[in-house]
Amino acid sequence: MKVIAEISRWAIPMLLLIIPLMAYLRKVPVYEAFVTGAEEGFKTGVRILPFLIGMLVAIKVFVDSGALEIVVRLLLPLFTRFGLDPDLTAIIPLAVMRPLSGSGALGVATQLINQYGPDSFIGRLASTLQGSTDTTFFVLTVYFGSVGISKYRYALKLGLLADFVGLVASVWIVSRVF
Amino acid sequence: MVNLIWLLMLISGICVAAVTGRIEAVTTSALKAAELGVEVAIELIGVMSLWLGLMKLAEEAGLIRVIARIFSPFIRLLFPSIKAESPALGAIILNLSANILGLGNAATPFGLKAMQELQKENPQPEVASPAMITFLALNTSCITLIPATVIGVRLKANSLNPTEIIGTTIFATGCAMTVAIIVDFLIRSRRKA
Repeated sequence: MKVIAEISRWAIPMLLLIIPLMAYLRKVPVYEAFVTGAEEGFKTGVRILPFLIGMLVAIKVFVDSGALEIVVRLLLPLFTRFGLDPDLTAIIPLAVMRPLSGSGALGVATQLINQYGPDSFIGRLASTLQGSTDTTFFVLTVYFGSVGISKYRYALKLGLLADFVGLVASVWIVSRVF
Repeated sequence: MVNLIWLLMLISGICVAAVTGRIEAVTTSALKAAELGVEVAIELIGVMSLWLGLMKLAEEAGLIRVIARIFSPFIRLLFPSIKAESPALGAIILNLSANILGLGNAATPFGLKAMQELQKENPQPEVASPAMITFLALNTSCITLIPATVIGVRLKANSLNPTEIIGTTIFATGCAMTVAIIVDFLIRSRRKA
């Protein structure tokens, strides 16, 4: 694990060193090439702005109003009917929030970790879940939006299926390992 | 589908706020979220310019072509519709590598770049191409080696072993990614048949 952590600590400085150096050795006008590439960053940022705002507004209204909580409460009996441990229900708000909003999910996860303790079952499960699924809905809308695609076909279903598998796998592995 | 979900989130949020007598929360949330969107985009512009600048350097130095050639047998299996010399390959590989290493802010610029390249090869510019869907499925379910943010939160909460969830995270993301690849493959081959 130490090795992996070291790699991630050194990755960016090394890339910043090696890429310009290699380019220079290959006679690329390094500064000019960098600036040409960087210009695209601005255009892309402006292009995704409306999609970011549209999604963030809807998600924040949905979450802050308490509508998300109601959805979670409606889901509860469903989970217990499938014979799931009632302890697990603490994780549902995180599971519902995760595909929607990165900062929102991090907030819920942080609260769970602090409330139950980082080394409790719920704390470990919340940590694993937060680290292992992505803000699928958000990523899809912004990525597709940035290139002007309006018909997603089966992309959303596939992404949410992967999230669900991540959830089930997290519950299974955390209850087995610890 | 997105239109419907977007509308449902707004309607249900406003209705719940109205019923619980906190309708003003909608106003603050909506305005705050709009501001936040600009903040996120501006931050992203900075990071994105940095990474796309570096990527341009790597491209002109021929590094991207070398990396793409090394990984292309594996990547081409997942993306049969992409041509061998496609510039999308390099961006896809960079995006997945950044995701695996947990470099979230480097992943986005490469991801958006990959989408632009894939869009150039898309015969129907309004409809998601199979390669795009495969890419996004991989992107959102990708194996994570270092969940750095969560480790930070656990550290602050005085965990005895903040990094003990690395193994479970790798397992869970591995499962999600495997299922995403298999299901995507099945959907694609069924649609072709």
